[in-house]
Amino acid sequence: MNLTADLRAIQEEVEGYAREFGLDFFETIFELVDCDELNGIAAYGGFPTRYPHWRFGMEFDSLQKSYAYGLSKIYELVINNDPCYAYLMKSNATMDQKMVMAHVYGHCDFFKNNMCFSKTNRKMMDQMANHGSRIRRYMEQHGVENVERFVDVCLSIDNLIDQHGEFIARSNQSYQPKSDSPSEGVRRLRSKDYMESFINPPEFIEAEKARLTAVAQEERHFPREPYRDVLLFLIEHAPLARWQRDILSMLREEAYYFAPQGQTKIMNEGWASYWHSTIMTKRALRDSEVVDYADHHSGTVHARPGQINPYKVGIELFRDIEDRWNKGKFGREFEDCDDLETKRNWNRDLGLGREKIFEVRRIYNDITFIDEFLTEEFAEQQQLFVFQFNPRTGRHEIADRDWQRVKRELLFGLTNFGQPIISVVDANHANRGELYLRHQWEGIDIQFDWAVETLRNLHQVWTRPVHIETKEEGKGRLLSFDGEKGSIQEITPAD
Amino acid sequence: MVKKIEKDLRRFRQIVRGKIKKDLKKYITQGEMLGRKGKNIVSIPVPQINLPRFRFGSNRRSGVGQGEGEVGNPVDTEQGEGTGQAGETPGQHVLEVDVSLEELAEILGEELELPNIQPRGKKQFVSSAGRYTGIRRAGPESLRHFKRTYRQAIKRQIAMGLYDPSNPVVIPIREDKRFRGWTARQLPESNAVIMYMMDVSGSMGREQKEIVRIESFWIDTWLRHQYKNIETIYVVHDAAAKEVNQHTFYHLRESGGTKISSAYELCTRIVEERYPPDQWNIYPFHFSDGDNWSGRDTDRCVEIIKTRLLPAVNQFSYGQVKSAYGSGQFKKDLDQVFSDEEFVVTSEILDRDGILPSIKDFLSKGR
Repeated sequence: MNLTADLRAIQEEVEGYAREFGLDFFETIFELVDCDELNGIAAYGGFPTRYPHWRFGMEFDSLQKSYAYGLSKIYELVINNDPCYAYLMKSNATMDQKMVMAHVYGHCDFFKNNMCFSKTNRKMMDQMANHGSRIRRYMEQHGVENVERFVDVCLSIDNLIDQHGEFIARSNQSYQPKSDSPSEGVRRLRSKDYMESFINPPEFIEAEKARLTAVAQEERHFPREPYRDVLLFLIEHAPLARWQRDILSMLREEAYYFAPQGQTKIMNEGWASYWHSTIMTKRALRDSEVVDYADHHSGTVHARPGQINPYKVGIELFRDIEDRWNKGKFGREFEDCDDLETKRNWNRDLGLGREKIFEVRRIYNDITFIDEFLTEEFAEQQQLFVFQFNPRTGRHEIADRDWQRVKRELLFGLTNFGQPIISVVDANHANRGELYLRHQWEGIDIQFDWAVETLRNLHQVWTRPVHIETKEEGKGRLLSFDGEKGSIQEITPAD
Repeated sequence: MVKKIEKDLRRFRQIVRGKIKKDLKKYITQGEMLGRKGKNIVSIPVPQINLPRFRFGSNRRSGVGQGEGEVGNPVDTEQGEGTGQAGETPGQHVLEVDVSLEELAEILGEELELPNIQPRGKKQFVSSAGRYTGIRRAGPESLRHFKRTYRQAIKRQIAMGLYDPSNPVVIPIREDKRFRGWTARQLPESNAVIMYMMDVSGSMGREQKEIVRIESFWIDTWLRHQYKNIETIYVVHDAAAKEVNQHTFYHLRESGGTKISSAYELCTRIVEERYPPDQWNIYPFHFSDGDNWSGRDTDRCVEIIKTRLLPAVNQFSYGQVKSAYGSGQFKKDLDQVFSDEEFVVTSEILDRDGILPSIKDFLSKGR
């Protein structure tokens, strides 16, 4: 921690308020950095050390540029680690620092307590540095270009993870064959000779034989059921060199580390904004700072017409929940009441709001959060709408204000981080060791030119032809890459 | 210590540079960079620097927004992304990268293996440049050295016993102030002038002019990289020559005959009046389709080049752009007369693909 004396005092003050309100966080270490350093750290996803890769340089370049042209400025950066590290921009005014600190304590509390983060590595700072030195070592051993090219390949597929994967207890036990395994043959009931054709009728025996052969076929199928964690599958089964396997598993680990942040964007920012707002307005704000605070707070939570601002939706939803549980606006009795006036003025003085939002921050993620708490009243009050591209005018236009549709649209965008859901269905496609993936098509096509390029990269890992089954406007398509060129075929999907 | 991110940034730049170098010919023939030029930078679309991923395509055309408005009101500020064409053709993933002209010239130089230009001897011009080299106790406020001033103030306060660490207020007084001081230095510097002459007679079509435009952009970029102080002169001619500005040079369309000597005449006059050859490196470039009015005029051109231009200029360059109507006689005539004159370079540009070799013809002598 390199805070100046006055910032140190502010930090202690704000931390005191945060604890007083019941926030529960890891020790939080603030670092004061200038904008170059901050942009550097931001380009590294919040970490001071990562493995060497040009992508970070590209990110840094664009951050530097947009900062230089005054298009964007990073206020706050905090990483999920124990202790939590947070960065403050040197050039910010004291009021900003205070607000950022309050915001950061919200994030830290969320990291520590939200269920999605429970499996993340809390020593990621060290782990990232380890990954850095391991990859640097591989670069020395196998050449910068080689390793870099492989890292490119890994990054191109590192979204093929199962966001719930960390919660699956994978068994490493050897496979126990089922009792009706074909090796044992068709079981016949015991019978006297003359009863044989009645007790074990030949047709039944035939049918049973056919069934067992099918089961045997099925068992030879690998993987036995669609496998969402494509990266893990590749780590375990692709013919990779040791260093490659190591790099792939490091990058998979990093992808899983960052995944919960994608799963809880709205909640996380909403929670932090709720707390900076509460701490500032109830405790920390001085009279002289009110105007600046109002300005910056509204800048953070302003609503944009063309997209959802997670800060805004998050904070409003938390406030709405708090209000509803304070007044008892929930449960059967409230739902069943159809008198609007009574509903509006419903107040049972339960005062359960605070307790409820703490519970919500513990066990929900963005999807369940929106699904459970976005009500008709909320959608109306927040003026939410669905927009759609209108080919006639060539513009995006407001299409609907129906809250059910808004909710459906929001949930769709959040499912699997707004990424296509892809699993491995067959690792021995056409009995030629080819990898066959399936995209679970839900109305939106994947971008084919990108997909073929991605297959090209995947081919470098799998080394045999790779395919992905998907749909284009509802019609089956098979995209393949055979080692030399990509192709797109029409197919009839199995289901 | 170099920060780690700087290394990544360098690596990124290196990759971008590699991509540009690889596609240089394509950029040159398509003239893609011309429209994207800023003051000192060019923004270049570099394909496929993004990492490809499985992701949703552009038929994802809905989303959720927030705010006022009736059904049917537009939510995007302009007709931006998503209007039709996006994602239709392969190789769509394009990243715009800013490259300085300096860097572009280096890339061009590396790719064509161009030698650095040796400015002509003794013709160097001395200019003086101020540099901040030291610290003074007097000077204008605008040059006050903030850090040194405060350091001095803190030293004084400690010495006087006025400094209180628990309340570290430091107030400089007049004697504490320190200012940046400079010294003038004499720097040798070479000046250069590029003179572009173009035939704008009826036979030079739009495509021919475009080729000239692209070629002169690259020549310009290279020479600017070699000289700090550079000026450009544009001359157009048909039967008569006149000096014009850059815009006119590329857009003017005249018709009528061609009298090349008129341009050389004017060029000589400009040199004599404005650019004394002992102070300037002079680069005349002439582009035409090779048709001249008469053999007599060609003789006159040769005469001018021999007696008046060659003694003054670094190199005389003639580029002949092939057109449907041009006979291409002029280049033959020049080649015949100047076959052993190394300061006259001629080059024929058949089409856009010929631009790169032609640049190499002109600039590979290092003069």
